[in-house]
Amino acid sequence: MKNKEPLILAVVVFFTLVTYYLVEPYAHHVMHKHVESEHFAYADLPAITKTGDAASGQELIMNAGCAGCHSIEAAGMPAPMDAVTAAQSYGVNPPDLSNAGAIYDAKFLSDLIKNPAHALKVEHKFDAEKGQMHPMVAFYGMGGDIDQEVADMVAYLQSIAVKPEDVTPAMAFQDACGRCHAVSYENWTQMGTKPAFKHEKDALAFDIQVMDYQDALKAYMGKLPPDLSMYIRSRNEHFISTLVENPQNHLAGTAMPRVGVTAEAAEKVIEHMKNAGDSKRFEREEIGKNVMIYIIIFAIFALLWKKQVWRDLH
Amino acid sequence: MAHFTKATSVKDWLNQRLAVEKVEKVMMSEYWIPKNINFLWAMGMVLVVTFALLVVSGIFLLMYYVPTTEEAFNSVNYTIMKEVDFGWLWRHVHGVAASVVFLIIYIHMFTGIYYGSYKKGRELIWISGMLLFVAFSAEAFSGYMLPWGQMSYWAGMVITNLFSGGSLHADGLVEWIRGDYVPAQAFLGRFFMLHVLLIPLAIMGLIGLHFGALRIPHVNNQDGEEIDFDVESKKYLDGDKAGSKVMRFANDFMSKDMMVVGVFLIFFFYLVFWNYGFAMDPVNFDPADGLKTPAHIYPEWYFLWSYEILRPFNVDLGLVLFAFAQVIFVLLPFLDRSPNTVPANRRGIFAIWFWLMLANMIVLTAMGKLPPEGMFSTIGLYSAILFVVQWLALPIITSFEKKL
Repeated sequence: MKNKEPLILAVVVFFTLVTYYLVEPYAHHVMHKHVESEHFAYADLPAITKTGDAASGQELIMNAGCAGCHSIEAAGMPAPMDAVTAAQSYGVNPPDLSNAGAIYDAKFLSDLIKNPAHALKVEHKFDAEKGQMHPMVAFYGMGGDIDQEVADMVAYLQSIAVKPEDVTPAMAFQDACGRCHAVSYENWTQMGTKPAFKHEKDALAFDIQVMDYQDALKAYMGKLPPDLSMYIRSRNEHFISTLVENPQNHLAGTAMPRVGVTAEAAEKVIEHMKNAGDSKRFEREEIGKNVMIYIIIFAIFALLWKKQVWRDLH
Repeated sequence: MAHFTKATSVKDWLNQRLAVEKVEKVMMSEYWIPKNINFLWAMGMVLVVTFALLVVSGIFLLMYYVPTTEEAFNSVNYTIMKEVDFGWLWRHVHGVAASVVFLIIYIHMFTGIYYGSYKKGRELIWISGMLLFVAFSAEAFSGYMLPWGQMSYWAGMVITNLFSGGSLHADGLVEWIRGDYVPAQAFLGRFFMLHVLLIPLAIMGLIGLHFGALRIPHVNNQDGEEIDFDVESKKYLDGDKAGSKVMRFANDFMSKDMMVVGVFLIFFFYLVFWNYGFAMDPVNFDPADGLKTPAHIYPEWYFLWSYEILRPFNVDLGLVLFAFAQVIFVLLPFLDRSPNTVPANRRGIFAIWFWLMLANMIVLTAMGKLPPEGMFSTIGLYSAILFVVQWLALPIITSFEKKL
């Protein structure tokens, strides 16, 4: 009799694949809006026309009062106030500027200095005409060519920052996302890594500070931004990347600002989220290969055994 | 008391007490299997292997899982996935096996329907199999609650709500099932117990019944042939292995079982390591939050077809039809009035019934996941009606079938 098994297998595989296609790729395609990547080009922001001078940028930054809110640890300038007080004053703790030049796009930084709400894409929340001022005060110039001045300031920030390739995934994440988002699986709070305390009292005191910080943040953002520990699994790489690039593309009207990371820094942010929520990915690849080799050998032996046993049956 | 003699060997010692030789014959070497069967007959063994994988991986997970609403999510996603050596592996094996086991169950079920393996003496095999399906469904649902993610919580909310019976408003029953007004600690605790103790016990008992129900009628074959097992097995034992129409279960058919298991495991471990997303819904990696309803709530893929029978109608009719869909498969041996135990392709109109049922259940499955809007709603409605009509028509079309 003709062997029907290949046909039967084809039928089984066909119906399985049709079902899989419909409930997985197709259904998710219908349910979730697709957002194309803009490759972190920030095409909506004006191009940089001037070449900056770091030395004059340093002077400008000192005189423009940036350090009134921001610390620049790399230049020996400490934060003017502690994180909780800063959050209570501004809604969120203003970032340290030491590595801003390495993590954020230069075009974005230039626009941010001149018009924060515009660069951050939160003009729906901060409309100067209605008196809703963004907590970061715009730089209106020191009397010279403002574009030249901004370019100088950006050049200064780039000059004090570590080299972009030396930015670690944790640095990128903590700088760009970590003042709003906790990552409890990496022991990260909005106020930094939670230290190991000897006494429970001290640990609780730290927790209370974090709660105070979170209360201020909640009032500023409308809700507490989520803990991102498992976001690499609950969302996906493409979603996170395009959300970071421009939150408004996914959630129109969201309070989450565009943070303006470079494409490389965005990759590092995602790398950090993988370290938090998918920490065994390399082990999985490695063990997967070994298991496959083992199972294929098992299947070959099973096939040979079947052939041997069935030789007498026909 | 039986007469015991001094044992000549360990085997003899056991034999006098446990009749191991007899058992071995009944279960293995003289358990006769027809030769004219194909790899679909190995699905039972594939299911045994998958169930074993579920039990073993489940035991490892059970060592670290914490069944409290405070700790459940972190014990799975932090402790098991990050801290415990190979915890991620056991979790992925468990999650993927829980999904794949249903794929194999459906293949196994439709094999039975296609070849008429529920007829004439094999009714109990079918019924115990369908009870296993119900038990596996309960096991899958209770297990899905345990990570206490968003889908756990909201699926728990939706499914327990079904017990209010629509217009009956049996809210007391829902609260009794949950042990609270909403899914909370009492709910998680009892579903944990069901998942790790009561339902696995029921499944193991039912597997025993399923195997037992198979022993006397023997397995069916792919040609609808009536085999005289006594005559054919005698032929085999007399040395005419090639001429006999039957073979031993072990090692003859077992060797083929193992070959199919080998191929299956290649597929299975590919999924475990490289394509596990379908079995572990992303939404469930957000911790349960009773104040935040996910945009789309849908069950795992294997429940979608029955979910879609519930969804297109008003709540009362939906519930009635949903209940209908849950029990109707069990009644198949009695609804099929045909006297023929042959493959569907030789049964005329039943062949159409079979392929239509299969295709329609895939359509229902797809519509169950897609948002119930526009075209998808319409397709879902007609598919659900078709499903019910097909079952109502089954006794009629099969009673016209002539004896072949």
